[in-house]
Amino acid sequence: MPNTKTLVSFRGTPEQEAELRKFIEQTKDEPGSTMPIMQKAQEIYGYLPEEVQIIIAEATGVPLTEIYGIATFYAQFSLNPKGEIQVSVCLGTACYVKGSGDVLERVVKKLGCEAGSITADGRFSVDATRCVGACGLAPVMIVNGEVYGRIKPDEVDAILEKYM
Amino acid sequence: MNFARAHILVCGGTGCTSSKSPEIIAEFESRLKENGLADEIKVVQTGCFGLCALGPIVVVYPEGIYYCQVKVEDVEEIVREHMLKGRVVERLLYKESEEVSESLNDTDFYKKQTRIALRNCGVIDPENIDEYIAYDGYQALAKCLTEYTPQQVIDLVSASGLRGRGGAGFPTGRKWQFAAVEKGPVKYVCCNADEGDPGAFMDRSVLEGDPHSVLEAMTIAGYAIGSSQGYIYVRAEYPIAVQRLKKAVEQSREYGFLGKNIFDSGFDFDIDVRLGAGAFVCGEETALMTSIEGHRGEPRPRPPFPAVKGLFGVPTILNNVETYANIPWILVHGPEKFAEMGSGASKGTKVFALGGKIKNTGLVEIPMGTPLRQVIEDIGGGCPNGKKFKAAQTGGPSGGCIPASLIDTPLDYESMAAIGSIIGSGGLIVMDEDNCMVDIAKFFLEFPVDESCGKCSPCRIGTRRMLEILNKITSGQGTLEDIDTLEELCNHVKNNSLCGLGQTAPNPVLSTLRYFRDEYIAHVVDKKCPAGVCKALLNYSIDPEKCKGCTLCARNCPVGAITGSVRQPHEIDKSKCIKCGACIEKCKFDAIYKA
Repeated sequence: MPNTKTLVSFRGTPEQEAELRKFIEQTKDEPGSTMPIMQKAQEIYGYLPEEVQIIIAEATGVPLTEIYGIATFYAQFSLNPKGEIQVSVCLGTACYVKGSGDVLERVVKKLGCEAGSITADGRFSVDATRCVGACGLAPVMIVNGEVYGRIKPDEVDAILEKYM
Repeated sequence: MNFARAHILVCGGTGCTSSKSPEIIAEFESRLKENGLADEIKVVQTGCFGLCALGPIVVVYPEGIYYCQVKVEDVEEIVREHMLKGRVVERLLYKESEEVSESLNDTDFYKKQTRIALRNCGVIDPENIDEYIAYDGYQALAKCLTEYTPQQVIDLVSASGLRGRGGAGFPTGRKWQFAAVEKGPVKYVCCNADEGDPGAFMDRSVLEGDPHSVLEAMTIAGYAIGSSQGYIYVRAEYPIAVQRLKKAVEQSREYGFLGKNIFDSGFDFDIDVRLGAGAFVCGEETALMTSIEGHRGEPRPRPPFPAVKGLFGVPTILNNVETYANIPWILVHGPEKFAEMGSGASKGTKVFALGGKIKNTGLVEIPMGTPLRQVIEDIGGGCPNGKKFKAAQTGGPSGGCIPASLIDTPLDYESMAAIGSIIGSGGLIVMDEDNCMVDIAKFFLEFPVDESCGKCSPCRIGTRRMLEILNKITSGQGTLEDIDTLEELCNHVKNNSLCGLGQTAPNPVLSTLRYFRDEYIAHVVDKKCPAGVCKALLNYSIDPEKCKGCTLCARNCPVGAITGSVRQPHEIDKSKCIKCGACIEKCKFDAIYKA
């Protein structure tokens, strides 16, 4: 997954920082609070750029290397911002045997952006996700929380065009 | 309290929510109100009914009428016909073969199941603790705290023969015993709700449909081993489960089932919900604990076992959601009742998530030892579209494939191990003749390659090399030596990896090599993919009989590989063809085929 340093410049606000610092103050003394803090940070900013990791490291006393280590270990944490429109295709087994690989291929082709990345204009981001648990609807594609079930590859273009 | 003359149960599990069940509930409420029925008929959002293939599901009690694939537009008709005039809306009923089933208990899908872990899913409102209590909820906890000593509780759990439902199948009672004999004062009870196996979703269903059963069982476990703090580590990808779990914890605290001095027994216990962040390895017990501690979820070598030195370095037990869900039932109905079900050393029931090429996708709970054939043919309804059953894959990326010739194998721990597969967490993916087994092995292997934490080299490097060999084979570059090397590498990774992830990663490859070696050989020697899946081994051709010479394919071919004159059969130049499939999609006469 291309989880390297992002080229998009950081646009965090003082309000966001204050919210994060407040949460850190409340929780940092609980055992094992690093992950909940990082999850909160990702909820506030939408992703975990270097600037945010530095705030967490300073406020908790956990070394930045360790924060970076955690951020890159778990799939949920992203060092890149997400697009305005987030497209994800489930590649869980049930979806895969029903052809979700071909669905993903069509999405990538249509948007011109690989799974795990974002289009140059920041409009769309594409993810191949683990089982979302809607196996009865396989194959499944999710666009900004809207679930499209039992889709065929040739229906992909029409669905995406609704968001363009 | 108001008594309702009828109840409308609408599934609020993830599958049905994805197909708009919340809108259906809202529509029911407004239509009932409109007709002045809001006081007599109650709409309840329940957990998963199990038959996800036919969602969204609506069940009307007292009759138990079972409506499938209900749309928001159908609600008006159900209210007008069924609720006002008492006439069942036939067209929405579940049809099993020719027979139409009105009640869900009449269907083969439900009749052949024994629901223990899923006993309350689809029956009660998971967000209402009173409904759980009405179904014997918290009775087991009260009994334990007021009548039994901790040792008696452990003995009862041991007597039931319950084994871990997360995959390894370790006897639950023995695990508790190990932790109970360790010295405190601090011990922890953990629940593994980081269901990562792709295609398994029973833990999610229990959390969404019956969260209190897990909380009750964890509290009982806390009493048994002498712990006062529990942690549930749940996947963040399960938002509905997380929300219901948090709500259940709050309600439970409010009722005094969690907190200080529970049932005036002097026993204190509380539970914290922690979210996972998407790492498959965190389903491994030591990795899960490292993750709760707030680090990269890397596993630790065992011994010391968690029962001795677990979370934050103190004695800890970790059980899976489904294991916990069985505990209150065992203590209410007695361990003998539980041990009566199942076969040999595999007692009780197991939930399987049926998925893939099968008619009735969903969750089924059956006594251990039920033959695979019964699950696939009777309950699952077989492969759709008349296709031939080829194999079933159990245990996800750690499991193996069961070929059609072994379809009569009983589903229990020992029988599955004997044929090179595992029960695992209960994922059961059905494959038909259109699935390529080499491609499936590659699919499963991509998982550990992605998810290996990198701590030990057999797993980190070995799985990657295995994947490279598989890629070579599926792209038509493989040799017979590659198959031997692959097998050798599998055994090496299996024997030398640090944790369960690496030790089981080669299983899908080993079992497909065992039962479908001819398919590997077809890829390597004949350079053919018998199932027609591996792109590099497919050739596109035009059937001259069917081709009308409309030129549509030639105009759409991005590389100009198709030639031919108008109204004459066309041809594909195989050296130019990039196998993109654009021609097949455009052809109106089904004249283009791949083989």
